[in-house]
Amino acid sequence: MSEQRETPQGPVTSPLWEVFVRPRRGLSHTHVGSLHAPDAELALRNARDLYTRRQEGVSIWVVPAGAITASSPDEKDAFFDPAADKVYRHPTFYEVPDGVAHL
Amino acid sequence: MNGPFDFTLALGDDALVAAQRLGEWATRAPEMEEDIALANIALDQLGAARLLLSYAGELEGAGRDEDALAFLRDDREFRNCLLVELPNGDFAVTMVKLLLLSAYQVPLYTALAGCADERLAAIGAKARKESAYHLDHSALWVKRLGDGTDESHRRAQAAVDQLWPYHHELFTADPAAPVDPAALRADFDAVVSPVLAEATLTRPADGWKPGGGRAGVHTEHLSFLLAEMQVLHRAHPGAQW
Repeated sequence: MSEQRETPQGPVTSPLWEVFVRPRRGLSHTHVGSLHAPDAELALRNARDLYTRRQEGVSIWVVPAGAITASSPDEKDAFFDPAADKVYRHPTFYEVPDGVAHL
Repeated sequence: MNGPFDFTLALGDDALVAAQRLGEWATRAPEMEEDIALANIALDQLGAARLLLSYAGELEGAGRDEDALAFLRDDREFRNCLLVELPNGDFAVTMVKLLLLSAYQVPLYTALAGCADERLAAIGAKARKESAYHLDHSALWVKRLGDGTDESHRRAQAAVDQLWPYHHELFTADPAAPVDPAALRADFDAVVSPVLAEATLTRPADGWKPGGGRAGVHTEHLSFLLAEMQVLHRAHPGAQW
C-alpha cells in the first residue's frame, strides 16, 4: 500500500508530504508545512487536522516530498540575480517611438 | 434502561469512558499526526460526554452536575457499554474499537437530532458531525491495517475477532428510549460490512454476546480506569478546579 520499510534504526515512519493550502478567501495555494502519512488520502486528512482545523471552503494540495525538485542554494546567484548592471535588460532602456499605441 | 435519565447517562458514560481510553494514547501514537488525531477525537468525545452528563444531571434533579456524575460514581453505577472500557491494546484494537463505536454513534446521534427532546436533539446535531469524522478516520485506518502488510492484517483480524462480540450490546432493544438502539442496527451493518470487506477482514460469526454494561455490570477493566480517572477528585472532594 505504501512504501514502508523496516529499518534497523527503529520504528518505521510514513513518507513525508508537503502541504499547500488555499484559504477560504485566498487567491492561491501557499506552502504551509509538511507531515507524515502512509498515503495521499490520509495525508489530506492529516493536513485538514493540522493546518485547517476542519474549516470549510479551503482547498488542500498534498504532494509527496520526493516529487518536488528544488533549486539548489549553490546556484542562487545564477538563478535569481537580476543582472541589474546590464541596463539593456530593462524595458526602460529602449526609447519608445512616438505614435506607438498601447505600449 | 428506562426513562430519559438512564438513556442520557448511558450515552454520556460511553463518550466519557471512550475519551479516557483515547486520552491514554497521548504522546504514544505511532506518529505525531496520529497523536493529534487521537487527541482530537478524545476531545470530541469528552465534549459530548460533558453535554450529555450535564443534561442527565438536570433530568435527575438531584443536584449532581457533570463532575459529580463523572467522579463520584463507582463502576456499578456507570452505564457505559463494555466495548469502550476495554483496554487500548495495539493500534489495530484501538482503531477497530473506534470503528465499531463511531458506526454506532453516527446513526444514534443522527436519530437523536430528530427526536422530540430539544436538548437531546441539539446535542445529537452537534455530536453527529464529530462522530462522522471519527468514523471516517477509523474506517481509513482499518482498511489500511487490514489490507496492509501480513502483520498488520493479522493484528487487525485479531482485533475484529476480539471486539466483535461486544458490539451486540450496543443494539439491545429499548423501545422506551428516545431512540431505540435496535433500530440502528441496519445503519451500523451498512457502514461496517463494506469497510471490513475492503480491508480484506472476515466478519466473525455471531456467537458470544457479552453485555451488562447498561446495568452497571462491567468487565474488570472499568474499576481500574475509574480509579485513575477519579483519584484526585476522591482525595479532595468538593474542591474547585
